[in-house]
Order: sequence, then C-alpha cells, then structure tokens
Amino acid sequence: MNLTTEQIEQKALEIRQWVIRSLAEAGSGHLGGSLGLADVMAALYFRRLRHQPGNPRWEDRDRLILSIGHVAPVLYAALALSGYFEPDELLTLRKLGSRLQGHPGRDHGLPGIELSAGSLGQGISVAVGLAMAARLDHKSWHTWCICGDGELQEGSVWEAAMAASHHKLDNLTVIVDRNHLQIDGPTEQVMSLEPLARKWSAFGWNIVECDGNDVEQILLATSAPLRVKDKPTVIVAKTVMGKGIKAIENDYRWHGRGPSADEAIAFIHELNHTQP
Amino acid sequence: MKNVTLKAGKTGFGEGLLEAAQKYREVVGLGADITTSTGMNLFANTFPTRFFSMGIAEQNCIGVAAGMALAGKIPVFSTYGVFAALRSADHIRISLCYNNLHVIIGGAHAGISVGPDGATHQALEDLAVMRVMPNMTVISPCDATQTHLATVAAIELNSGPVYIRFGREPVPDFTLLDQDFKIGKGQLLREGSDVSLIATGHLVWEALLAAEKLEQQGIKARVINLHTIKPIDEEIIQTAARETGLIVTAEEHQITGGLGSAVADVVVRNQPVPMAFVGMPDRFGESGQPRELMEKYGLTAQNIFHKAIELIKLKK
Repeated sequence: MNLTTEQIEQKALEIRQWVIRSLAEAGSGHLGGSLGLADVMAALYFRRLRHQPGNPRWEDRDRLILSIGHVAPVLYAALALSGYFEPDELLTLRKLGSRLQGHPGRDHGLPGIELSAGSLGQGISVAVGLAMAARLDHKSWHTWCICGDGELQEGSVWEAAMAASHHKLDNLTVIVDRNHLQIDGPTEQVMSLEPLARKWSAFGWNIVECDGNDVEQILLATSAPLRVKDKPTVIVAKTVMGKGIKAIENDYRWHGRGPSADEAIAFIHELNHTQP
Repeated sequence: MKNVTLKAGKTGFGEGLLEAAQKYREVVGLGADITTSTGMNLFANTFPTRFFSMGIAEQNCIGVAAGMALAGKIPVFSTYGVFAALRSADHIRISLCYNNLHVIIGGAHAGISVGPDGATHQALEDLAVMRVMPNMTVISPCDATQTHLATVAAIELNSGPVYIRFGREPVPDFTLLDQDFKIGKGQLLREGSDVSLIATGHLVWEALLAAEKLEQQGIKARVINLHTIKPIDEEIIQTAARETGLIVTAEEHQITGGLGSAVADVVVRNQPVPMAFVGMPDRFGESGQPRELMEKYGLTAQNIFHKAIELIKLKK
C-alpha cells in the first residue's frame, strides 16, 4: 500500500480509536503499550511490510512476529484497517469464542496472525528461525519482530540475539518498543537496560534509533535494514506509553488496564481534536 | 526376538534421523553443542547445510525450531532430556505446543542409566512434563532399533510437536527393523493371563526377563511395550486390566507423572485393578555405574518380578 506520510498518520489515528473502543468494549486489556505502538504499526502495515491482506497465507509475504503479545489490540486494529477482516470484529476482543484472543492465538483463525505469542522473550527466537528458513530456501521475504523493552530482561532474548548475528541474519529486523516503562514502574528502576543500543551492538547487530511516534522517522528507520548485509538490525523506537491521550501518557498504571465507557468517549474526543 | 546385541538408543536416533533426512529435504537439524552425544552428528556430517549449530541455548533452539516449522521445515532438535524438556518447558508450551508446530525434540541421555554424571544430568521428569502439554506426542522406544523407527515415524507424523526420549548406555537391541511400529499403538510382546507387565524404554527388556522368571514359578505374565506415552493406547491397557486383573508398570522415570500414572489414568476410568509401580520414588538420582544405579533403585527384572509376586499374593 502506497500511502503518503499524512495518510499513514491518519491510519495511526484510526488505529488508536479502534484500540480504545475495543478495550472499552472488552473491559480489560493493555491500553498504554497499544497506543504507544500505533505509529509503528501504521508505518509497517501501510507502507513497509510486503503483504497481501486478501491473501494472508501468501508464501512470499514478510513475516511480522508480535513478541509482546499483550499489545495485541494494536496489531488487531492494524490488521482490520489493512483489510484482513472487518473492523467491527475488533469489538469482540477478549470475549468467549472470539478470534481476537487476549494475546494472539493462531489456532483461533484470525487472518494475519503469524504466531501465538505473549509469554515474553519467545517471539524473537521464532523470528530467528523464520529468517534462517527463508535464507535456506533463498527467499527474499523479511522477518520483523516487535519486542517490548521490559521484555529484554528475559535471558532467552539474548540467546536469540547471539544466534541471529552468529548466523548473519540480515533478513531479520527487531523493533524494540522503548517506552521506558513496565508494570512495576520505569525500566531503569525495575531492572536497568541501558546502555541498550550498546548491548545490541556488542551482540553484533546493526543499530538504528528513531522516534517511534514519528511516522516519517519510522519509515526511514525501517528502510535501513533492507540495505544492510550480513547483520541483523535492531531499531530502538522511542515511544510514549499511552501516546495521544495526555491523561495517561507515560503513566505505567495504564500498562495493564482498559478505559471505562466514559473514559473511552473522552479519549476518542481528545484524539479527534488534537492536531498531530 | 533376534540374537541380542547391545546398542545405545542415541545410535538408533541418529540412524533414523539420517534415513528420514535422505527421504525428506525439509528435515533440518539443530544442535546445542553436544551433537555427537545425541547421535545427531551422523546427520550433521551428511547434510552440513541443513544442520545448524545453536550453542548451549536450549530455549532459543525451541523458538528457532518453531520459526523454521512455520516456514515449512521439519526441524529436529536434540540435546540431553533434562535440558530439552525441562530447561525449555515454557518455550515448548507456547512456541511449540500452543502453536501446534511439527517439531521433533530428541531427549537424549534419558533416565538414571546416564550413570556417573549424577542427578543433574539424569532425566527422570521429562515424560511427566512433556505428556501434560496439549498437542504433544511423547514416545519412549524400548531399544535402538525402535528408536530408529520412532524417529522416522515422528518425522512422518506431520502434525504437532513430538518428544522422543532415548538413553546413552548400550542396552539390549531386541526388536526387528521390520516390526509393526505405530505411534500410539502398544506392542503385545508376550501373552499371559495372570498379571500384566507394562513397561516403556529399556525396562521393556527387564519386563521380558521378569516374565521368564515368573514363568518358572508357574505364573503367566503378559508383557506390553508401551512405547508411546501420549497418545496412550487405551485399548491394550483396558484389555490387559480385564484379562489379567493385575498390572505392574516399569519405567526409568519418576513414578509420579510418567508411564505408571498414565496407565493408572486409563485403568481407574475403565476397570480399576490393583497396580504396582516400578520407577524412581520421588527422589533424585546420584553418581554410580548405570547397572549399580538400576539395581539400587529397583529398575530391574528382579524388582518387577517381586512387585508381580506381591500383587498376586494380594489378590489371593
């Protein structure tokens, strides 16, 4: 899909609206992280990813692994708005019998879901396996993996990081959602991650940093890996948890809750009346 | 039974993997530093471009295998059972089982017969943890030849994750390459009507020896090789319970959660009969020679024989 930057920003706005509506309807979920990633998702699904929403099992599609499964609502909204399924289905989130599980569940039949995931630290290993298989078969598709920053405290992430550079996987890009917050508070208080870029660099990765809430910067950052040879790329995308809603921005208490019906109306009103 | 030679289960695994890899080009191998110990070196040397060294990082190996399976490969990952099944348990649960991906995990160095390395390296809990995972198939072949066939069958199963466990020690290799081996279908090795000896892994051989000893006492013991722990062959167990009225299970594994528990599940739901269990009694192993350890913890024909005699006395 070849949208302009402004059109992608408009998609990010719509993604945020649907995230708020679906979480309000569900009565639970992870609002802060889902809003923070809306711009990254819009840039990927409406520009960067090679995919065919009408043909979700297309063999040559790029693979996107959402390792932080708890922000599933932002993935679901991006998929629906790209045409994988009708957006109205977003309002079944987290309900019995829904294809929109609390964390992505492949066996529930939602098109566009590559992996059931959400136990933190696992998606990156699966992404490494996908990239290795693609290379073995001389396929040109790219594997993208979105990790949370708190997630990087899981040790097996670094097993995967070591393996990806050992095997020179230049067809793999990890996007770190660097919002500096996790459930217990700021990452640097819970378990410090800095110097984060230097950690990845020491593991042999190509490093790109960007403002993860600036579509133009995300588009630039996500075009970089496609030119690098023999190294995997990590994009440290600095995001604001709860981005777009002043009352909840950077408030870690919104990591794991959804809005009430009244809050949802106020939040969507705020989104619609804020100029990007 | 053919003339009994001794052969390690891992050798059978290596041979089976090689045979399947020659047939199916999708088969790829992942090694975690101990490729020779698991028998995977045969494959790695023959198909170097399809073998990947992943280092001592078992959790990552499971995830990588999942990714490769998503992309159409048939990954085979092997390391010691303790690490393959237990270190990586949550990765197996979510990345493999919840996603229901066809990956074969070879749990090498199974059981206490690993010997002098001691408790850390003796896989005695792997069957319990693997069999409770939804979508997982669990196989525990009785000798090297059967491990060969099980490995090929697991690769040909073409659905979901499979855990195969096998030992390091050369043990009697008594089954034939042309045997009727089907995943999920137990094998009746010896007819008998007084008691059933249901065993898995190389304790099947000990059960056969126990049956011979029982025969000398005029007791006719039925011997069943339950090489598949999951899905379990309910029919062969129910028939044994109905026709013999007594069951002794034998395994190189904790009594709790392994073969004995799996058989008991079937028995109590259908036709409760007295049972006795040969296995590790809720404790860790220790260093020692394999045979010494088997004797100390009663993983022997002699102990299976005694348990059978006790059950028969109870019945009278």
